[in-house]
Amino acid sequence: MLTRTRRRSSALGALAVFLVLAVATVTFAGTAAAQSDDAALRTQLNALAAGDFDDTQRQINAIAEAGDPRAAPALEALADGDLYFRRADNAVFITRKDGSDYALRDPLTLEDAGTAGRREVKKIRVNNRLRRVIRTALGTLTLRAPDPAARIEAADAIFKAQDVDSIEPLEAALAAETNTDVARHMREARAAAVLASDLPTPDKLEAIATVAARGDRDARSLLTGISNGPDTALHEAANAAIAKVERVQGLWDTARNIWFGLSLGSVLLLAAIGLAITFGVMGVINMAHGEMVMLGAYTTFVVQSLFRTAAPEYFDYSLIVALPAAFLVAGLVGIAIERGIIRFLHDRPLETLLATWGVSLILQQTVRTIFGPTNREVGNPSFMSGAMEIGQLTITYNRLWIVVFALVVFTALLVAMKATRFGLYVRAVTQNRRMSASMGIRTPLVDALTFGLGSGIAGIAGVALSQIDNVSPNLGQSYIIDSFMVVVFGGVGNLWGTLLGAFTLGIANKFLEPVAGAVLAKILVLVFIILFIQKRPRGLFALKGRAVDA
Amino acid sequence: MTVKHTKSLAGYALAAMLASTAFTGVQAQEETIKVGILHSLSGTMAISETTLKDAMLMLIEEQNKKGGLLGKKLEAVVVDPASDWPLFAEKARELIEVNGVSAVFGCWTSVSRKSVLPVFEELNSLLFYPVQYEGEESQRNVFYTGAAPNQQAIPAVDYLMNEEGVERWVLAGTDYVYPRTTNKILEAYLKAKGVAAEDIMINYTPFGHSDWQTIVSDIKTFGSAGKKTAVVSTINGDANVPFYKELGNAGIKAEDIPVVAFSVGEEELAGLDTGPLVGHLAAWNYFQSVDTEVNFDFIDAWHAYTGDDTRVTNDPMEAHFIGFNMWVEAVEKAGTTDPDAVIDSIVGVTVPNLTGGYSAMMPNHHITKPVLIGEIQDDGQFETVWETSGLVVGDAWSDYLEGSKDLIADWRAPMSCGNFNTATGKCGGSGS
Repeated sequence: MLTRTRRRSSALGALAVFLVLAVATVTFAGTAAAQSDDAALRTQLNALAAGDFDDTQRQINAIAEAGDPRAAPALEALADGDLYFRRADNAVFITRKDGSDYALRDPLTLEDAGTAGRREVKKIRVNNRLRRVIRTALGTLTLRAPDPAARIEAADAIFKAQDVDSIEPLEAALAAETNTDVARHMREARAAAVLASDLPTPDKLEAIATVAARGDRDARSLLTGISNGPDTALHEAANAAIAKVERVQGLWDTARNIWFGLSLGSVLLLAAIGLAITFGVMGVINMAHGEMVMLGAYTTFVVQSLFRTAAPEYFDYSLIVALPAAFLVAGLVGIAIERGIIRFLHDRPLETLLATWGVSLILQQTVRTIFGPTNREVGNPSFMSGAMEIGQLTITYNRLWIVVFALVVFTALLVAMKATRFGLYVRAVTQNRRMSASMGIRTPLVDALTFGLGSGIAGIAGVALSQIDNVSPNLGQSYIIDSFMVVVFGGVGNLWGTLLGAFTLGIANKFLEPVAGAVLAKILVLVFIILFIQKRPRGLFALKGRAVDA
Repeated sequence: MTVKHTKSLAGYALAAMLASTAFTGVQAQEETIKVGILHSLSGTMAISETTLKDAMLMLIEEQNKKGGLLGKKLEAVVVDPASDWPLFAEKARELIEVNGVSAVFGCWTSVSRKSVLPVFEELNSLLFYPVQYEGEESQRNVFYTGAAPNQQAIPAVDYLMNEEGVERWVLAGTDYVYPRTTNKILEAYLKAKGVAAEDIMINYTPFGHSDWQTIVSDIKTFGSAGKKTAVVSTINGDANVPFYKELGNAGIKAEDIPVVAFSVGEEELAGLDTGPLVGHLAAWNYFQSVDTEVNFDFIDAWHAYTGDDTRVTNDPMEAHFIGFNMWVEAVEKAGTTDPDAVIDSIVGVTVPNLTGGYSAMMPNHHITKPVLIGEIQDDGQFETVWETSGLVVGDAWSDYLEGSKDLIADWRAPMSCGNFNTATGKCGGSGS
């Protein structure tokens, strides 16, 4: 068992080792000793090429034990799957795919070493277990990295691995650490490692407090691990800490459900808002609405492909270009459908339903013929990738932007309908077509433009949905039912109803899902809507007026 | 080679018109052996099945270059069942009765297979089914060249248990027959291995589910109980992309909670940035990345045939490669394309697979295959991290389910039975 004094002295020892290593790295080129080091390290790296996972793991540990930071690039490449060996002589290289060939780099000097065909080199296999080992090994090698983010990552790797051997390097690093955030991560990592070590109980109790202060799932996971140990003092402390963590978690769970609900609601809102125009305002049962969303998503794909070939450095702006493009494409197709088919079917809802259903199949198959049946890759621009943490709430950026975007689109549409001359015409025509025509409004033009607007908005929704869903010819189908549900529930002809309907259904769904499961939750929501429509046939916000009563 | 595309509705009218005139004309020129291809080219399943149609056309073209079969050229007859299950049965009937095909290669979903079974039985023809499925079936006229559960699901679970030390399991699937049966088998298997009931979480989602936030968050919570956790996913095709996107965004790394999938192949990953998914697993019997000469040749041929060197190959394509070559060899062995003769001669036929070994047709109409576990790479390919040391024989009836563990299938005389109950000694035991 380690005593405190011994630990302190060995911490000093570790510091000394670090200093020696640093000096060695600076002066290695000149000395013969360093050269033989070089050869030894190279032999160690080349040995990675042989044997199975167990052999590779032993080799990684040996490299980590030697502690030479120059091994770090090779280990990183190994974890990323970029470390290959040449079949001819088992020499190891860091590679980059270059067409169907591989560009080779020396693992130590990182100098260019020519290219090789795919049949000449072979990848050194890694699996999740090895990646964990490498992460821990790199953790101890990079605790002193200049970048604070890298230091946090290193500390977190040790936290997860509960690597007892890292306690000393951690303490050494902590002593020199000036960044409070990094220091906190390091203290937590040290606590995790202490819990796994055979240090005395008081040390561990202190560690439990440190870990419990994190209050997140990782902490709970770690504490659950020790809560059934033999030491009763520890046992009680851990259980108390878990209870505390769980209380906090309960609150966060509710917050999480609300956020998930808002996020699902915004997706529903986006999908339905175009339909709120074409179905809600114009009264056209438009089964091809989902396909407008799909067209928007495919427009995004085309725009992104153009960006990839013409200006890859501006890729992040591709969505901004895709928005008007999708609006135009879907809007024009919408106008074509209205002029070509729907205007002949005024006041014949059943025929409209069948005709637009047919149109939706035609559009699907057209897209399938042009782009192929498989999914197309639509990239996330960098500002939409990843997530941020608010306490224990993980908010993914793509969802966040979609919530914001849905609200912006809603506001813009509301303004367009309520505050512009065009919006006035639309409302006039839908409320009383003959009267409007008598007042000199060109109703056919208004019809076409309104349908185009609804379709264009659906196209814009497609741009947003391409960020979270498949871009395939079937994209639209999966949203059509939900869209109708939202519009009918919210009240036909009322934009606010659509907004409230979307968020109500989203949040209800997300609170039901953890209890009832995804399949049942969907069914329950559907049953609820059916019952609701029985009670209030016109939805949440019924439109009042003579046109409705007629 | 002439490829006749018979599209659904117009096809009937055309076929009727052409049958009298064109058919006699073709016969006079050259007699061909017809091969039916029954894969959806439109509708939801087109995403997966169109590739298989192309693969079959390539295989038939290559066989014709080698001189055809029994001195005759092969002719592909392509129909489009449009992802519509009853239409599969109609189209199968059309292929056999109207076009007179000698064998049919097709179907993807289990529902479509179940829908055509009676047709093949009634008209006594042959179906080669290339997709991994839930097992619990063996039919005289059907050859299952995809994996049975013991050739995919069970080895994958073994790998996670032994290599990654997984103790807690999430079984997540789409709500239909394949995931439900597979999960039933896996649950029984895990319990037999001593996993407690509270360490297994089973979750089903509807087809095309796109909002995975709650489930991913549940998985995260389930995974924080201090034991190593893994997800076994039987989530079907399209729903995978949003699922993996959510996993990536929520920061669940494969090193923390690995996901092993049975329905995600190279084709499904094509629509994804796989950077955040590196290390998640899939279990198949073939990966495009397998480095054998025969596989390099197959990929080169595929790229040359499609004229597109970014097209990927996948496991069901390999199953068709094996199935087609088995049929060719069995026909040559029997000297005829007569279904009864081929059914007798095909058992025991052994052909090369693409992973460097040989696959054999077993008496239960399943084949022997190696099982590979692969990890997703950042280029959308899989890297094999583990494989069975030998070939695994496809087991039609699972050994872990009540009511099916006593059943065996053997289509050789004198047994000639797809569900022989070894406990009662009678053909036609329980089971579906």
